[in-house]
Amino acid sequence: MKTGAVAVARLVAARDLRLAFRKPSQLLQPLLFFMIVATLFPLTLSPELSRLRDAAPGVLWIGALLSSLLALEFLFRDDAQDGTLEQFALSGQSLTWMLFAKTCTHWLLSGLPLASSAPIAALALGVPGEALWSMVASLALGSFALSLLGAIAAGLTLGARRGGVLLSLLTLPLSVPVLVFGADATQRAIDGAAIAPPMYMLGAIAVLGVTLAPLAAAAAVRIGLE
Amino acid sequence: MNWTWFHRLGSPPHVYGFATRWTPWFGGAAAIAIVVALFGGLVLAPEDYQQKDAFRMVYVHAPSAWLSLMAYSTMAVAAAVGLIWRMKVAHSVAAACAPIGAWFTVAALGTGMLWGKPMWGTYWVWDPRLTSELLLLFLYFGYMGLRAAIEDPQKADKASAVLAIVGVVNVPIIKFSVTWWNSLHQEATVMRMGKPTMNFDMLWPLLLMFLGFALYFAAVVLIRLRAELLRRERGASWVREVLA
Amino acid sequence: MLSVSGLHLWRGDRHVLRGVSFAANPGQCVLLTGKNGAGKTTLLRAIAGLLDPEEGEVSWRGAPARKTRDEFHGELAYLGHEPPLKGDLSARENLRFSIGIRRDVTREEIDAALARTGATDFADRSTRMLSAGQRRRVALAGVLLSGAVLWLLDEPTTNLDADGQRLVASLIEEQIARGGIVVAAVHHELTLSAGEVVGLDLGVA
Repeated sequence: MKTGAVAVARLVAARDLRLAFRKPSQLLQPLLFFMIVATLFPLTLSPELSRLRDAAPGVLWIGALLSSLLALEFLFRDDAQDGTLEQFALSGQSLTWMLFAKTCTHWLLSGLPLASSAPIAALALGVPGEALWSMVASLALGSFALSLLGAIAAGLTLGARRGGVLLSLLTLPLSVPVLVFGADATQRAIDGAAIAPPMYMLGAIAVLGVTLAPLAAAAAVRIGLE
Repeated sequence: MNWTWFHRLGSPPHVYGFATRWTPWFGGAAAIAIVVALFGGLVLAPEDYQQKDAFRMVYVHAPSAWLSLMAYSTMAVAAAVGLIWRMKVAHSVAAACAPIGAWFTVAALGTGMLWGKPMWGTYWVWDPRLTSELLLLFLYFGYMGLRAAIEDPQKADKASAVLAIVGVVNVPIIKFSVTWWNSLHQEATVMRMGKPTMNFDMLWPLLLMFLGFALYFAAVVLIRLRAELLRRERGASWVREVLA
Repeated sequence: MLSVSGLHLWRGDRHVLRGVSFAANPGQCVLLTGKNGAGKTTLLRAIAGLLDPEEGEVSWRGAPARKTRDEFHGELAYLGHEPPLKGDLSARENLRFSIGIRRDVTREEIDAALARTGATDFADRSTRMLSAGQRRRVALAGVLLSGAVLWLLDEPTTNLDADGQRLVASLIEEQIARGGIVVAAVHHELTLSAGEVVGLDLGVA
């Protein structure tokens, strides 16, 4: 009997989770990268917490963006090389749906850990404790949107030589809205203001991403397999 | 329904012939429009009450900015047509649009910076329109970068088409987010690049210049399209006939 | 049931497929032959729908395969040059996931298929540690498990010993006997003792 959609998503996620836990270093590297970037700012800017606090939203979001770009490399590359993507495309199941499941799993393994470990970096940058929850929420939502967006670019660069730099070149301008609203939400959290307005915007982008990005990613992957 | 026109649109020799015939007309009309508009804008139009002669930069800046967006949209529409109806010529049109659009973006940025110097006392301020324009330039670079990085031309066509469509969906969102961002930091802007209140003497050269730029865009797309078709179809018999 | 008509395909400047046509019905095996670069792999990938031919059509059960893609793929198993296996997973895990996304599959079925292709002994080792021939045996178990009607096999005997080559032949024979269709690109000799075999020579590049 043909496997149902939910079971397909579960299997796709289960395989990626199992693979990730067999190679934990791949999971930790983007996190470590994020921490190091956050450490470099006080060293280059100033150790004064008040100055760092001003820069904190930018530091956290650019760090998160670069780290998610790094993690994006792992999203499809291995699967393209070992024929897994081809198997997906020929399975008779919806490729769009499978890639959506894959992207969500990828976010669970990269974006979510990043958002949850961000408070350490944030505290070191002088972000007040009350702001942390809002900041984690904005980073979680924003990194989800970035994963969806990145899935398209990762799919598009499958067929390209020197995919890595190109991947960043494609993703960075497209991620500006996420960055703007995310950094605004974090800034508001630090100022103790309501974060709802930029969070709604991030939510809207995520919804748009959920609807359109997997379709575009599936089209991109099929082209990449040619 | 008669679909022959649609099939002819997809046939490279037909499109090549069309482009060859129409290029001089578009080019000629563009030259006339631009010369008349320049005369109107630089000589006939009165100087601006606040910005004096500096405002005349608008006659190059604004049409370049409009065309940079129009070129991106044209590229995305052509890409979508190529993807949906599997029409190779449409992909060539999209490929022809990208570098011209990027140059319009550069022109808009350059003239914006030159305009900024007398207005703000500095070449660059993070004005929302200039910032969006800069991001648009990066989108163009991404598109051309992807196209260049994929060796197989058919694959490059399709992948860059997907990117163009994703980009065109994103352009308004980017624009909106940049406006949002700017409204947060209002105090940083010394003086907004205000829309000069234009009377008719100032306005008609601007509109004519826009038309001239659009015609110029069409002419250059056609020229690039011809080159693109010749390159892609270099093995085909019609190319040998054309070049003979 | 599978019909390929007038396939033309260019890769860049190269006209790889020049109007390939053939039909295959249940119980038939089509053996594709031809020199390196003659387009065997390209043809198989075009049939599978991984490549988009400029002209021509692949139809399955009378309908264009492109239009009924998911149904077509549900009945198709494709085995390319490289066995599609995750190096960090064992053969069993690989099959559970890759077949699981197609259909409900039990542990017993997986064990039976691995036994049939002689892969039981190394079924729990991560496939990275396996030899190329062993990996191919695992992949063949996957093809068997897919339950597909149409098998597209690209050089299925590559890296296999004499015993393995006989295994491929008998798997194909069984598939044909079940009323399935096999299209295989072959480089090495492949002799089938039963079933209807159609040769298709793609010639030189």
